[in-house]
Amino acid sequence: MTTASSTSSLPTPDAAPNRLHFKFTRNLKERFIEAILLFCGLVAVFTTLAIMFVLVTEALPFFNHVSIVDFFTDTLWTPLFAEPRYGILPLVSGTLTVAGVALLLAIPLGTVIAIYLSEFAPHGVREVVKPALEMLEAVPTVVFGYFALLVVTPLLQTIFPELPGFNMLSAGLVIGVLVTPYISSVAEDAMRAVPMAMREGAYAVGATKLQVAVSIVTPAAISGIVAAYILAVSRAVGETMVVAIAAGTNPQFTFNPMDQAATISAYIVQVALGDLPHASIGYQSIFAAGLVLVVMTLIFNIVGHWVRKRFRESY
Amino acid sequence: MNTEKPSPPSARLDAAAIAELIRTGKRKELVFAILGVFCLAIAILTLTAAFLSLLLDGWSRIRPEFFVNFPSRRAAEAGILSAWVGSFMVLIVTMVAAVPLGVGAAIYLEEYGQKGGWIKDVIEINVTNLAGVPSIIYGLLALGLFVYYFKFGQSVLSAGLTLALLILPIVIVATREALRSVPVHIREAAYGVGATRWQMVSQHLVPYSAGGILTGIIIGLARAIGETAPVITIGALTFIAFLPPSPISTEPPFLNFDWLFSPFTVLPIQMFNWVSRPDSSFHASAAGAGLVLLAMCLAMNALAIYIRYQVRKKIKW
Repeated sequence: MTTASSTSSLPTPDAAPNRLHFKFTRNLKERFIEAILLFCGLVAVFTTLAIMFVLVTEALPFFNHVSIVDFFTDTLWTPLFAEPRYGILPLVSGTLTVAGVALLLAIPLGTVIAIYLSEFAPHGVREVVKPALEMLEAVPTVVFGYFALLVVTPLLQTIFPELPGFNMLSAGLVIGVLVTPYISSVAEDAMRAVPMAMREGAYAVGATKLQVAVSIVTPAAISGIVAAYILAVSRAVGETMVVAIAAGTNPQFTFNPMDQAATISAYIVQVALGDLPHASIGYQSIFAAGLVLVVMTLIFNIVGHWVRKRFRESY
Repeated sequence: MNTEKPSPPSARLDAAAIAELIRTGKRKELVFAILGVFCLAIAILTLTAAFLSLLLDGWSRIRPEFFVNFPSRRAAEAGILSAWVGSFMVLIVTMVAAVPLGVGAAIYLEEYGQKGGWIKDVIEINVTNLAGVPSIIYGLLALGLFVYYFKFGQSVLSAGLTLALLILPIVIVATREALRSVPVHIREAAYGVGATRWQMVSQHLVPYSAGGILTGIIIGLARAIGETAPVITIGALTFIAFLPPSPISTEPPFLNFDWLFSPFTVLPIQMFNWVSRPDSSFHASAAGAGLVLLAMCLAMNALAIYIRYQVRKKIKW
């Protein structure tokens, strides 16, 4: 432990016992550090397990109180009323409608931006635009909620005068712009990973840039592009603040984007803002709703994983 | 390829037709390029419009009093003191928790975990999945785990730890990328002169990739400062007219940690609260708070981009 334990003074060969001791402490220290690092890595595993554990254990008592059949078939969600009804469908319809509007905007927008940046844009443009799009990703969503409620909705009301002050259309459109950079950056990475030789082959037989982009690069990168769409879907489904601010908090079973309606995440926020006692049925209901949200994003991710495997092209 | 087949007469094109074909091709390209710029403009103009609307509505509130006043029932006197102090304290907890955990996990995955080993696989799958979990779900996790199971209460500590878990995948992915960009021969050189794995990691790998790691940490923290939903879920209050106890005191032991367990609010929640009031005189305050929040987020991201740029310039291998 005297000189041997410090690395700066290496033991001399004749000090054999010392050297053994040195190796032993050194190995011990290495093992110890590896264990700590492993623990850091395992935190991610614990987090996943904890999410499932918390959601399931808190939601189980809810399903003792409410039958699963009612939960999935009733079209009224009024847990905080005097005569509560617990049908998740209105929240699911709200979530899907907002996400649908968002994706109808984001998928074309993001795909075109990705193709443009990967195949058309001059180097200088790309260097400026990519950080700008990253900035868009960095803006807090509450700011976009403000923008949706106080700028986009009044603007839309000049086109559709009967649009209510809270509506899913404006929230969906803003979320669409919000998730566009996720699509464009992931899809562009996938397109740029397509080997140059494939483009050159197409150019050699006389294809134009557009033909190369649409019929060579896009099909070759399709698994990465689908991955980008899936990422955008899970973002749009889970997005909370824009919806909570701009789409209203009144659950309605409707797929009309001109209506106001609550989504799953907006409902959770609405309940959390009030002071609900621990272990009350309202408290448990947000975990049941959260469980549905997690299962929804999980399904999207599994489908995405399958699609990516199915269409993966490798070079 | 080997035998020259005479092309059928129908495929033989005269010069004028070829020129026409090229012209339509070029025209289509131009149309698509314009479409591309148009789509880009929609995305970037939306960002600009959001920023401008905040600036127009909120600039009048950006006065010194706004930063030193507590929220108030009167819109003109309402300030963000408790909100920015709360945001700052939560961010400290997040940083203290997320940086060692994230960097440690990344080092394990890159340098220690066996290639194809099942432990590494399990961790990797979990990190990828966690990155896709909606942030509100982290709020529910924290409500069940930190607030009620560990009994941290609706406190700065709960919020900080929640956001730390939320940004963990960001820090891990960025750190892994930074570590991977250090060439193998640096590792081999260190091992060659007898370094242990940890000596190699701590004395070479981490210092060389510090810029990239720092970039990831800053982007993660910028994300944490703007997150609203999980913090609302664990029960941050929306109206707080007091500050958490000071971490430094004049009496020994000079440091106290009561602030960790104090109720709090953060900037995005304060903004949310003001936006959702029907009284539109609070909307200016909301815009002001949003402006401060946006400035902080964008400044942090700009710093990260700058560091990344500097690091790329400095790389010598």
